[in-house]
Amino acid sequence: MSAPLLSLQNLVLSFPAESGRTAVVDKVSLEIARGETLALVGESGCGKSLTALAIMRLLPKPGRIEPPSRIEFDGRNLIELPVPEMRAIRGGAIGMIFQEPMTSLNPVTAVGRQVLEAVLLHQPLPRSAAHERVIELLQMVGIPDPRQRFYAYPHQLSGGLKQRVMIAMAMAMRPRLLIADEPTTALDATIRAQILELLRQLSATTGTAVLLITHDFGVVNEIADRVAVMYAGMIVEEGSRRELLGQPRHPYAQGLIKSVPRPAARGGKLEEIKGVVPRPGRWPPGCRFAPRCPYAFDRCETELPQRTAVSPTQGVWCHLVEYEVHA
Amino acid sequence: MAAYLIRRLGYGLMTVLGVLLLLFVLFFTVTDPDDIARKAVGERARPEVYAQWKKNHGYDRPLLVNRAYAASDRRRYTDTLLFDHYRRMLSFDFGNSDADDSSISRRLKEGMGPSLSLTVPLFVFGLVLGVLLALFVAFFRETYIDRAALVVCMLTMSIAGLLYIISGQYLIGMLLKWFPISGFAFEPWLAARFLALPLLVGIVSGMGADVRLYRTIFVEEINRDYVRTARAKGCGEARVMLAHVLRNALIPILTNIVITIPFLFTGALLLESFFGIPGLGSLTVEAIHGNDFSTLRTMVYLGALLFIAGQILTDISYALADPRVRLS
Amino acid sequence: MSSLSNAVVVCLLIGAAWLLRHLWHDRYWRESGLQLWRRRPLALITLAVFLGIGLMDSIGWVGGGGGEDDEVAALRSRTLIDRLFQPERFTEASYSAPLAAVSFYGGQPLKYPGSHLLGTDILGRDVVYRALKGIRVALLIGGFTSLIVIPIALLFGVSAGYFGKRIDDAVFFVMTVLASVPSLLLLIALVMVMGRGTVQVCIALGITGWVHFCRIARGETLKLREAEFVDAARALGVSDRRIIWRHILPNIAHLIIITFALSFTGLVLAETILSYLGIGVDGSWGQMIDQARNELSRTPIVWWNLTGASVGLFALVLAVNMIADALRDIIDPRTRREGQ
Repeated sequence: MSAPLLSLQNLVLSFPAESGRTAVVDKVSLEIARGETLALVGESGCGKSLTALAIMRLLPKPGRIEPPSRIEFDGRNLIELPVPEMRAIRGGAIGMIFQEPMTSLNPVTAVGRQVLEAVLLHQPLPRSAAHERVIELLQMVGIPDPRQRFYAYPHQLSGGLKQRVMIAMAMAMRPRLLIADEPTTALDATIRAQILELLRQLSATTGTAVLLITHDFGVVNEIADRVAVMYAGMIVEEGSRRELLGQPRHPYAQGLIKSVPRPAARGGKLEEIKGVVPRPGRWPPGCRFAPRCPYAFDRCETELPQRTAVSPTQGVWCHLVEYEVHA
Repeated sequence: MAAYLIRRLGYGLMTVLGVLLLLFVLFFTVTDPDDIARKAVGERARPEVYAQWKKNHGYDRPLLVNRAYAASDRRRYTDTLLFDHYRRMLSFDFGNSDADDSSISRRLKEGMGPSLSLTVPLFVFGLVLGVLLALFVAFFRETYIDRAALVVCMLTMSIAGLLYIISGQYLIGMLLKWFPISGFAFEPWLAARFLALPLLVGIVSGMGADVRLYRTIFVEEINRDYVRTARAKGCGEARVMLAHVLRNALIPILTNIVITIPFLFTGALLLESFFGIPGLGSLTVEAIHGNDFSTLRTMVYLGALLFIAGQILTDISYALADPRVRLS
Repeated sequence: MSSLSNAVVVCLLIGAAWLLRHLWHDRYWRESGLQLWRRRPLALITLAVFLGIGLMDSIGWVGGGGGEDDEVAALRSRTLIDRLFQPERFTEASYSAPLAAVSFYGGQPLKYPGSHLLGTDILGRDVVYRALKGIRVALLIGGFTSLIVIPIALLFGVSAGYFGKRIDDAVFFVMTVLASVPSLLLLIALVMVMGRGTVQVCIALGITGWVHFCRIARGETLKLREAEFVDAARALGVSDRRIIWRHILPNIAHLIIITFALSFTGLVLAETILSYLGIGVDGSWGQMIDQARNELSRTPIVWWNLTGASVGLFALVLAVNMIADALRDIIDPRTRREGQ
């Protein structure tokens, strides 16, 4: 197997708490292969957005990447990179788009100029060549009438168009990895499908790997190759899309899949997972899902589960599954 | 945009009329022409002297309604103090000073030059310096530079303007003798020496509050989403501050500038008076000491006019600077 | 006059005591207060000292006063500070340096050598005494004026924001007109037409400061009126008055308090300017500074008069500024509403 494009190893992120610091993301390990789309799924507050920001070393100030974290991108450890080189990677080899297109664009600058900046920061082209490149990019992301729209301001564009501009900015330098933090959460359902389709298409044509952060399994179904489920700061299950959506093994993942409302199941009770997600600093010892897990037994309350391989591509962090597999 | 402009100007005009009404109430009813005459002529003159004085200064008419005319005669309402007040103020016919009978308009013209020669550089340098310092401090936010700067700002803000002037005059004028303590000259190259000290004092006394405010605005902008996007594109911190934050921060900064414009007018009051600059501020102070109500009336009116004009200008520039407003 | 001022002081103390007890029982205010104490202990102590002195200077009665042969003074009410310092006796002929034994010009022996901590001014009055008297004046200007102005501003501002339409248009127009005149000029005009005097200056300060509070009250009320819980209350049929009293007022209290702290210093500093112009309040620090102004050009210079007033002014303004700053961080309407 060729080396993965991105490899997160034991990523630990800490934030200040009432006394000292507390881990918000606890020993997360992930891998993304070249050209593949990995969906990182979890409820709000589980730390998935912070994980994405950490890769770009854009973690908000009070947060810190703690040892023994390692973020390997194309063979280099991003954590140890000097800042100017990291800046070259941001927007260059790795692009990122965010959840709120409304506030993520500079309100007083024309959108075309913002994409222009993304180009000129990494490639000093003469003005006219750069301008043409921006028009190309706007076309590539499906913005109609790009020459006119170059001069538009963000508030004049719809949510969908704004998100396309963001994608144009992130893809400007043909990054090898695109991090998309809940890119469709703030959009209407119809636009959502369009944007996802755009992402899928771009990934296919440019060979860009995508790390897609989401809480919506519908999104996962549309474009993910592989899925990783996150709960309370750690990964609890990972596998291919078919495996995760068809045979989830972790009780939490199972609960999530079951709770997606299905038109076929109309009239029945809405499935739910009882209880609430524990907050960082209040994590129970042992498996963090144990208090809510219908299958929990004594070991679950004292010991954190390790990864159990269920198939060459599917891994689960659960004591029960470990017993089942080794039985 | 044009409709907005017209509405804005209209409301401004209404405000001016309201201010004139306020002035009328203050200067003609709360204190009446008899008081003014008494203060100007003295307490012990004969009634005829008062009457004559009032006549000379246009105070001899009735307040609102002149019953000497018939009901159908328009002059019943136009030959009154109220109408006269409005007519003259709106046509900038200010008449003569109550104290020394000099033409107020002439003194206004004479005073404008010296005043502007102080307030314009004060405004420009103060703004530029304040923004630059605030940018610097905001760049180093949360570090010891930032914390030290905030402490300094807090201390300097708490010193009364009067004390700045007095100590400035004493330390720099008397002890160090770098600049003259007071005085003025009308030739530009000579005036510079006289303006240096008031300029310095004026800028330093306002710096604390300004830097603090601008810093807050900058830090607020830095925490916005689009800055995160800029960093994700690969922008360095310096570029983020100058190309993104500054441009957006100018909008709230502009709105704040209008609040400082009247302070230029009145803060200059103190500076001019202390430093002997024969501008509009000194004129006002003289009017206070001389119980010169007509001049005082005029100065208050002009101050309000400036302020209202300044607000309209700011609203317009706000509309121009923020594309969200401009293109709606 | 003294009995009126005494009565007012007693009322204020009772009112303050009741308010403090009321706030202490509310968990939010109690915690905010404790946080404030932890963050700005020095400023709070300074303020408390000033308040104490101001209080001492507000309680006075007739009797036992007057120097030798001074019958008029014997009938004047003297405050605790007056009785402490006994200014009629504790006075020299003219200037004397701090803790000096002889007068400044001439070198004649003083009546009370070595006991004037900050010397005496041109009339021989002890500078520390005058500086302490200035505290009450400053508190009066900054605090008392606001206490009168705030209820009136709230009345108009909240009505305008809540009932909207005509009332709002009218109030907004009045606010705009008043705000259009640069406050210092308006202040000067008001004092000139009303005549000089403490009451007039306070009224003038009140009129110019009213707009500030009214604007904030109106703005916040407008925002709150659209809030969901107000809609809910109205849907339940709660009367307007109750809504205002129980929902709107508590939520603007925070901003009002912070604005009050900020405007306090503005008022005190504005009075110093008025004093310079000759239309300030008698006995204020501003007046002391104005009188001291000319002394700097004497040789050798007389600096203690200026110092006494400046230190007092600076200490009070700095303390209030720091408290206001900390309050702004501590009191956040959002956290309060979540708790409700």
